[in-house]
Amino acid sequence: MKMIKKTLVAAIASTLMAGGAQATISDNEIRIGYLADMSGMYRDLAGPNGLEALRMAVEDFGGEVNGARITVVSADDRNSPDVASSTVRQWVESDGVDMVAGLVASSVSIAATRILEQSNRLGIVSGSAASSITNEHCTANHIHYVYDTYPLAHGTAKAVVDEGGDDWFILTADYAFGHALEGDVRSVVEANGGKVSQAVRHPFPTSDFSSFILQAQTSGSNVVALANAGSDTINAITTAGEFGLTQSGQTLAALLLFLNDVHALGVETAQGIQLTTGWYWDMDDDARAWADRFYERTNVRPSMVQAGIYSSTMHYLNAVKEAGTDEAQAVRAQMIATPINDMFAKGGYIREDGRMVHDMYLAEVKKPAESTGEWDLYKIIRTIPGDQAYRPLSESQCKLVNN
Amino acid sequence: MSQSLSSVAVHNVGLEQQRRSDRRRLIFQLVLLALALAAPFVIYPVFLMKVLCFALFAVAFNLLLGYVGLLSFGHAAFLSTGGYTTGYLLTTYSGLTPELGILAGTATATMLGLVFGLIAIRRQGIYFAMITLALAQLVFFFYVQSDFTRGEDGLHGIPRGNLFGVISLQDNLSMYYFVLAIFVLGFALVQRTINSPFGYVLKAIKENEARTTSLGYNTDHYKLVAFVISAALAGLAGSVKTIVFQLASLTDAHWHMSGEVVLMTLLGGVGTLLGPVIGAAFVVSLEHQLAQGPLGDWVNVILGGIFVICVLAFRAGIVGEVQKFMKKNFN
Amino acid sequence: MTMLFGVPLAVLYGQLLLGLINGAFYALLSLGLAVIFGLLKIINFAHGALYMLGALCAVVLLNTLGVNYWVALILSPVLVGIFGIFLERFLLRRIAHEDHIYSLLLTFGIALVIQGVFTNIYGVSGMRYPIPEALRGGVNLGFMFLPYYRAWVIVAALVVCFGTWFMIEKTKLGSYLRAGTENAKLMQAFGINVPLLVTLTYGFGVMLAAFAGVLAAPIYSVSPVMGANLLIVVFAVVVIGGMGSIIGAVLTGLGMGIIEGLTKVFYPEASSTVIFLVMVVVLLLRPAGLFGKEA
Repeated sequence: MKMIKKTLVAAIASTLMAGGAQATISDNEIRIGYLADMSGMYRDLAGPNGLEALRMAVEDFGGEVNGARITVVSADDRNSPDVASSTVRQWVESDGVDMVAGLVASSVSIAATRILEQSNRLGIVSGSAASSITNEHCTANHIHYVYDTYPLAHGTAKAVVDEGGDDWFILTADYAFGHALEGDVRSVVEANGGKVSQAVRHPFPTSDFSSFILQAQTSGSNVVALANAGSDTINAITTAGEFGLTQSGQTLAALLLFLNDVHALGVETAQGIQLTTGWYWDMDDDARAWADRFYERTNVRPSMVQAGIYSSTMHYLNAVKEAGTDEAQAVRAQMIATPINDMFAKGGYIREDGRMVHDMYLAEVKKPAESTGEWDLYKIIRTIPGDQAYRPLSESQCKLVNN
Repeated sequence: MSQSLSSVAVHNVGLEQQRRSDRRRLIFQLVLLALALAAPFVIYPVFLMKVLCFALFAVAFNLLLGYVGLLSFGHAAFLSTGGYTTGYLLTTYSGLTPELGILAGTATATMLGLVFGLIAIRRQGIYFAMITLALAQLVFFFYVQSDFTRGEDGLHGIPRGNLFGVISLQDNLSMYYFVLAIFVLGFALVQRTINSPFGYVLKAIKENEARTTSLGYNTDHYKLVAFVISAALAGLAGSVKTIVFQLASLTDAHWHMSGEVVLMTLLGGVGTLLGPVIGAAFVVSLEHQLAQGPLGDWVNVILGGIFVICVLAFRAGIVGEVQKFMKKNFN
Repeated sequence: MTMLFGVPLAVLYGQLLLGLINGAFYALLSLGLAVIFGLLKIINFAHGALYMLGALCAVVLLNTLGVNYWVALILSPVLVGIFGIFLERFLLRRIAHEDHIYSLLLTFGIALVIQGVFTNIYGVSGMRYPIPEALRGGVNLGFMFLPYYRAWVIVAALVVCFGTWFMIEKTKLGSYLRAGTENAKLMQAFGINVPLLVTLTYGFGVMLAAFAGVLAAPIYSVSPVMGANLLIVVFAVVVIGGMGSIIGAVLTGLGMGIIEGLTKVFYPEASSTVIFLVMVVVLLLRPAGLFGKEA
């Protein structure tokens, strides 16, 4: 019954809009769907605490936009594009969801944004790494907010080459994300005068890295780069420490490392590793203040993905308020027109391909002596300006970009 | 003379009983069909289609486990092969109609089933389960390594197209009736198979393979045919599912999927016709409800708990327990 | 440098040794599975979860009570073993006379519950367990750097494996166990408490898994899902060795470690799949596995 009423209201609303009447918020409610891995391997990256970040944003916004109530629904995607696709379909087709947030595994994000494109709703991808999400998989119905593989490769790899690491051994997770990252790194290293002498692809997931670390040690390269993520990266770094990789003069570069990964590794093991991040909770006063509030609710420090979920939801709600409608294209246009200045980014902006461009940071994991607490893990070495960090539009294959 | 007459009489009574229960079943199934026809007006059709796809998958699997006594732990290979073949063909050749895509997917899964069957069929019990698992892992590896599957990202945006080039499947309702028709066909095929002389031999193999062999049946041959039929239907389920969701991904090829279909079948009731259907509906709705509810992060715990309780208390599965209850109280 | 198939021989030695060390883990885990299957006919799908519990228990003991590695190496398997005994006594025993497949489903359900509960408590990022003081550092073998801890793993695993084999095949207790599985009624008639024997056996199999977990804790990330993917690999090892064969499980475990190690050099992408290829080939040639008896 509720469903029928909703559909009816939506139908009336859309007729009104088509008739050129004043744009309004459909059925006088903004519904945000949070779709993320709540129980599997990416749980700590966004997961239940990401939902908490989203709820914080809704509360901070006051719980309503122009008199329309904001409601949040959530679902576990179980890292399966099937589940993602059917959940999002149901959300937009029968539950009246206006925006989908979260979105971690890249297969999930691609599946979800396809549905959003068909039904003209909005998605904000915060967790995925694949730069293809705003390249060959771009749609006019989603925004990729926090980071992608392009700055990861450009930030970390360029820094390492600049410091004299010119001969690379890459250990790649054997799936789409790993291949993309490896490709990006290869081009950066070669463009800066280095070479990739060997790339070894390991099955995903792998628990024992000793064999690969030994191969890296005997390769004669001076840089060992990890193009993998999550537990693979953690295990590889632990094993590298155990086998004394860095003591024998090789540099270890982890291309994708999240705060929760470093926390799991501990500064003892992870010290000195350089990484690229889109945000760090202790990087400035705004970030710290928000992270403190987050900590009170969750007892952990937020990852860049969780911070991105908060920031992007705020940006979305502000755009709905300004545009006076929840119609996806109008809201997206408003989001693109407004720069982002908040606890997450300063001077951030969204491009026509949906990429949110903001400064990225090259960070180094602190030494045990420098770290004052459980979560005092990074020192920021360098800021990588947004326009240098992300793939330039001139190289884009996105259908929304005229090249 | 009188002896043979009475045996004929007994035979006739048996036939009469058989006919009556057949009629009862037919009526029951017609009622179910009517419900299925009306369902999309009450329940969200895409969800129903998902249930039907998994139900067909479980029915196919149950043909082996319930009627031949073979536990395959590699059925994900057929589901995914059907899906990838259909998905790849429909995205690559835009002129292809969905029914041809489905046929191609089913045919490929059937061939794969023949290969699996030829290798595995001589093994029994846990060895059969493990060799099918091993073969399915090799298939999984192939899909991970192949470019046409797009690896972890999966195939997206597969067109639903026009059925026979005429009826658009873009609309969920027409898609639903198409899926329902395929499911009914698949279900009928399985029902026909197990109630045929061929099916009786299968059941005999399940009860006592050695005796069936001594009666002069080539049991390997029978098992192989049953395996290939099961693989074909699993492939069909995968092909249809790919068109419904417009995507094909590695999830379907992973061994968890092979495990999931075992759970659906056991929960619903092994060796009953409707059991796998109910089991699939139960598991799919449960996962759906849990994933969206406030208990989202407890999905695995609750699912695990339900399996534990089912094995301890309702071993015959939902349909099996209901049948037991009916027998006890109404016969 | 001497080369073999384009790989320096020295590298190959290193990979063989590492493969053997990984094989020692497989051997320990598959030994537990084989003992449980051989004596109880239970297909223990909770084995991976119990392995994880062993590792997690060591971490918790260290973080909350300051229990050191050497104590945890005994204490953690004992605690998890007691947990296993409860599982057998209150859950598995109820389906002892049913088809194997129900034990598979039941233990699979138990594994889901255990993993789910701990995921909600500890998350999935994993926890660190420091390598014990006495085993830090390593030795340069010329062809590779061997951390002392890895050397310890292989010694400890092999001692436990062959100790178990000796106990089951060569001692009186072992002969009771074997006889109890052949003919429980007869054993009962001889005045031997068979149900107790079965419970203790399950507990022992679980202890082996937990022991492997503690051994793994300092070198792999300890997380609630660490055993989930290991499970089917270990199952493959047991099947290749021949279900229920103790010596088969141990030798196959070591052998598969080596084969996997070599695959990591020549075709790394396939290193997690090669074991299944071996399984298909072995079962085609020897239907009951390498060391199994034909039924």
